Amino acid sequence: MAAELHVELVAADRSVWSGEATLVIARTTSGDIGVMPGHQPLLGVLESGPVTIRTADGNVVAAVHGGFISFADDKLSLLAEVAELADEIDIQRAERALERAKSAADAAAERRADVRLRAVAGH
Amino acid sequence: MGAQLRVYKRRIKSVTATKKITKAMEMIAASRIVKAQRQVAASTPYASELTRAVTAVATGSTTRHALTTEAENPVRAAVLLVTSDRGLAGGYSSNAIKAAEVLTERLRAEGKDVVTYIVGRKGVAYYGFRERPVAESWTGFTDSPTYADAKRIAGPLIEAVQLDTAEGGVDELHIVFTEFASMMTQTPVDNRLLPLSLEKAPVEQEAAETATPGRLMPLFDFEPSAEGVLDALLPRYVESRIYNALLQAAASEHAARRRAMKSATDNAEELIKSLSRLANAARQAEITQEISEIVGGASALADATAGSDN
Repeated sequence: MAAELHVELVAADRSVWSGEATLVIARTTSGDIGVMPGHQPLLGVLESGPVTIRTADGNVVAAVHGGFISFADDKLSLLAEVAELADEIDIQRAERALERAKSAADAAAERRADVRLRAVAGH
Repeated sequence: MGAQLRVYKRRIKSVTATKKITKAMEMIAASRIVKAQRQVAASTPYASELTRAVTAVATGSTTRHALTTEAENPVRAAVLLVTSDRGLAGGYSSNAIKAAEVLTERLRAEGKDVVTYIVGRKGVAYYGFRERPVAESWTGFTDSPTYADAKRIAGPLIEAVQLDTAEGGVDELHIVFTEFASMMTQTPVDNRLLPLSLEKAPVEQEAAETATPGRLMPLFDFEPSAEGVLDALLPRYVESRIYNALLQAAASEHAARRRAMKSATDNAEELIKSLSRLANAARQAEITQEISEIVGGASALADATAGSDN
């Protein structure tokens, strides 16, 4: 059994996911970062992007929009203003949102919808 | 039916209708308190994790930031007052407004100009009626605030704090809201949000207590840099504190409304009881009068017939 780290994925208004994981991959402002147990204490700013949490029973993918990653003592917290697990994302709705954002030329909304869709695809 | 009795019957009917309304409002408020409390609980993990992160940066680096630096000579302070959109909540809004007045007085005594920001229609109406200047106000969401609302409020406030004082910026940010202590107790409190005094935050103390004494916070690696992290972290921290204040205020509002509506319902019951007694007395009086009229009429008739016989 490989060493595990405890992950808490929390959004502003709820706790989204928590559990043990072997690897967490997230996108910070300076690039993707993978955190494994025993990593140096870390505090980073997250970009909008999918977060992959590798657990013993497979991957958990979530779409995260803005937030932070903080890691210390084998405890990792992902703080996001908005976070959704891939299972929770309504693909049709996200696609509609993407279309709408494209036609309205709303770059931020377009990226959010794109991240959602990629999170579902990566699942 | 006599005029008196009719008046009582009419009043009983109208009080009963009012009682139905207040009873319904009481029950709606009671169910919403639970929902609001759940929201407060749901937002706690984010707030405490965020506080931990802020502490980590504050202790792990010597970075100075506009939002954490105390102004040497503060001349202007912003006060964010959280009231409700709707009335019928007892003293809820007026207590919060009073607390804000006290705070404003205190800040003025310290030689600071006060800029007021208001959440909730009741506060806006209070300041509007007295023609006091309000820098900005937000309404329409006080009974179930969302994170987006908190973000909307935090934006201009943070901007004002970051602005230079000479250009109209503020040095301090205070928030006045009603803290939800329990179903029965809600107290208006004022907190200084900015500049951040880490010792004052209650979550902070908790974190300090749980940390093993004598052990230092681990040295963090910052991505992209300590300044960058702090720049992104502090506004989120302020947003989360405002969000928490809004949620607690919402829970307090529902609790205050429930209590106010409960006493209104009780009063209506009391009123119906005493009105029914009066109505009963009026009915009895009417019957007695009718009987004496009949008896009087009958005896007058009897007298008349007896007279004609003679």
